[in-house]
Amino acid sequence: MKNWLSPKSMTGIALIAIALIVLPHVVGMGGQAWVRILNFAILYVFLALGLNIVVGFAGLLDLGYIAFYAVGAYTWALLASPHFGLHFPVWAILPIGALMACVFGVLLGSPTLKLRGDYLAIVTLGFGEIIRIFLNNLNSPVNITNGPQGITLIDPVKVGDFSFAGTSQIFGMTMTGPQKYYYLLVALALLVIIINVRLQHSRIGRAWQAIREDEIAAKAVGINTRNIKLLAFAMGASFGGIAGGIFSAMQGFVSPESFSLIESIMVLAMVVLGGMGHIPGVILGAVLLTFLPEVLRYAVTPVQMALFGKILVDPESLRMLVFGLALVLVMRFKPAGLWPSPERSRELSEKPVEVVK
Amino acid sequence: MDIFLQQIINGLVQGSIYALVALGYTMVYGIMGLINFAHGEVVMIGALISITVTSTLAAAGMPLGLAGLFGLVAAMLTCMALGWSLERIAYRPLRGSPRLTPLITAIGMSIVLQNLAMIFWGRNYMTFPPLLPKVNFEFAGTHFTLVQVVIVLLSAALMAGLVFLVYRTKLGMAMRATAQNPAVASLMGVNINRVIASAFVIGSALAAVAGVMVGSYYEIAHYQMGFMLGLKAFTAAVLGGIGNLAGAMAGGILLGIIEALGAGYIGDFTGGFLGSHYQDIFAFVVLIVVLMFKPSGLFGEKTGDRA
Amino acid sequence: MSDILLQANAVAKHFGGVKALRDVSLSIRRGEVYGLIGPNGAGKTTFFNCMTGLYIPDGGGFTFDGVALQADAPHRAAELGIARTFQNIRLFGNMTALENVMVGRHVRTKAGVFGAMFLNRATRDEEAAIRQRAVELLHYVDIADRADDLAKNLSYGDQRRLEIARALATEPKLLCLDEPAAGMNATETEELRVLIEGIRKDGTTVLLIEHDVKLVMGLCDRVAVLDYGALVIEDVPAVVQKDPRVIEAYLGA
Repeated sequence: MKNWLSPKSMTGIALIAIALIVLPHVVGMGGQAWVRILNFAILYVFLALGLNIVVGFAGLLDLGYIAFYAVGAYTWALLASPHFGLHFPVWAILPIGALMACVFGVLLGSPTLKLRGDYLAIVTLGFGEIIRIFLNNLNSPVNITNGPQGITLIDPVKVGDFSFAGTSQIFGMTMTGPQKYYYLLVALALLVIIINVRLQHSRIGRAWQAIREDEIAAKAVGINTRNIKLLAFAMGASFGGIAGGIFSAMQGFVSPESFSLIESIMVLAMVVLGGMGHIPGVILGAVLLTFLPEVLRYAVTPVQMALFGKILVDPESLRMLVFGLALVLVMRFKPAGLWPSPERSRELSEKPVEVVK
Repeated sequence: MDIFLQQIINGLVQGSIYALVALGYTMVYGIMGLINFAHGEVVMIGALISITVTSTLAAAGMPLGLAGLFGLVAAMLTCMALGWSLERIAYRPLRGSPRLTPLITAIGMSIVLQNLAMIFWGRNYMTFPPLLPKVNFEFAGTHFTLVQVVIVLLSAALMAGLVFLVYRTKLGMAMRATAQNPAVASLMGVNINRVIASAFVIGSALAAVAGVMVGSYYEIAHYQMGFMLGLKAFTAAVLGGIGNLAGAMAGGILLGIIEALGAGYIGDFTGGFLGSHYQDIFAFVVLIVVLMFKPSGLFGEKTGDRA
Repeated sequence: MSDILLQANAVAKHFGGVKALRDVSLSIRRGEVYGLIGPNGAGKTTFFNCMTGLYIPDGGGFTFDGVALQADAPHRAAELGIARTFQNIRLFGNMTALENVMVGRHVRTKAGVFGAMFLNRATRDEEAAIRQRAVELLHYVDIADRADDLAKNLSYGDQRRLEIARALATEPKLLCLDEPAAGMNATETEELRVLIEGIRKDGTTVLLIEHDVKLVMGLCDRVAVLDYGALVIEDVPAVVQKDPRVIEAYLGA
């Protein structure tokens, strides 16, 4: 048990808190675009932690996780936009979105969770694609999702009369929309982190870990592996649903394009690259992989100009190229991720290199 | 009935291509348990290389058929080298690491290859030169082209060749032994590294052929063409039972036919509610349904839990 | 309450053409240590796996404590009170020894996701009780000093003990040990004998699959012998030892 009240950890917590509070203002000096990117980083932390429950804790490879994000996002979009003329309040939509995502999680999980690892992976991948294709095409004969055009003019998060969109004055300070969302997201992310830590060290968390380690032994000690796996799926999905709702409100716009397979893969890459099953590692992975492509976006052109005096290579492909290489290199030199849990890194250093598998 | 037959034929053509690509996935998976996500990109590289080589040679005055043959060979050689390098540089150093590590590497390689292709060949669709004369056949009320006939026959020949290789040669025996138990196989003197490298090289050669086929069938190629194709082919491999050669072939052809029939009939099935743009969901719906009843795929061996 | 804890009725299991179990019927009484022996491949572990729900028998079934055991539901078997260890030790390797035993408490506790999230009073109390019981069990099998080590880093003998502690954590009525003495030296085997004696004394019925005939004969109240998947004899050790069929089964015809 950690001693939260020791002077040393109190100082640490205070420093982190101050850093989190001033961050959007520092980043905001480089333009509000960077605050938005920061917000996306937190949103991805949220998603990565949700997926970490499924992949990291329970060891179930899910390649269609973004589908739950999509379900949450569209739930919000449909319940709070002129599309159907509905404008539900936030305290109603978020739980509905989480519940919807959870239902989809159970729907997908219950028939498929008996499948072995890689079979499950491809089934979840297929599920993610099915959801996206439906979102893309459910504009006729009845217009539900408005098809590829997506849904616009989605309500922002509003608490009473206070809206998180647009600039406003708070305690005499000018705060932009993205900055306000930042604080909301940080608060939610902290909550999610606490829930994750608690889950990991709970009876359910141990059962997940047991299933990951040895499913047969887990059954033999009386764990109903099917239900416990389903629980992991449902929990992960609910987190995805909530993140999707916030995304929808923050952007004011959703379209199926945001929920392609590459997004699922991205979130999985965050989990694995950071350090599967290790909460601080997963957070690191999410933040890094959100910022890296953005930093590259800004860096690639000036660097080319400085080196060659002209733009030789399309900056968009170059930055993705560097991104892909970064994934490969990290896996090559840190196979357990950048910040693995202490046990996992020990496991790797102890195990003699096997020939195959 | 004519539509039905027509769609079966179209599905058979598309399915032959899936099957060739699926074989690459299944060989690598069977031997080392890795989903080589970058395999679809190898198909794409194959298609693009063959375009470049064929059009360059044709522009220099070579007859188109011969130029196409050179293009095909060049694509195969390039892809074989690519497959070999992928294994050597990206995957081999990761043996013995956690299960998801090589998967992320594969995804990384897929991104790298796609963007390299975009840098070399640009973002635009490229027209595939017509390698074969446009000959149309008519049979029992259905229409098909020479390209379609060649695709099906060539795929069948290649698959037969692969089966011969795996079941009748020493390398094939080594591959099967490694798939069963790599540790024991290596004790018996099998050079595991060579076996794995061969699986990658052979799979990539088939992928290159598939790339050229897709290109000449649809007459276009594009740096993103490999992704969905790879995904479908992998689905086909799982459908048939991954790690199983016959399964990959049957799964590929089955998937092609199901897609074609689905696209042709979905409107009728749903009373016009769902249109043919739902074609892509068939692959996945069928996959999910099959796996619910046959958790190891259609031809997969049942792996019992051992206590 | 019946004197019989577990009744096997004509249990049959075959793999392809191989008949691993041929209509095996036997009964285990409450409070005894029951030995199941036989040459390699006689079907002992198959019998175990059928009983604990890992295999679905092709014929026959089990009655445990008056309830018919459901095939293919290992977690149900544990719930009803059958705990087991594995011939080739199956621990949760990357969890600590203590956590392994704590997982064993899963089936007798009930905190769910919401309990974990809100960490209410009942959840905290239960968690403390789980931990305390797990520590007690580690003391019971005498490896408390290794509580915080990862299970895979324990010595072979300690891993066997940990597996027993984990099984005991499920509060079994019947504890099934699959070759617990395999690979142990004479001292370790003797310590194991003492441990099993203790478990019986504390009221748990024990089913013991073992190769070490000396251990079985010295420890068991009754012994059953399997050969080629069929039951040869079920009786007290003194009778079993002298039975010519048993001697033949072991020495070969």
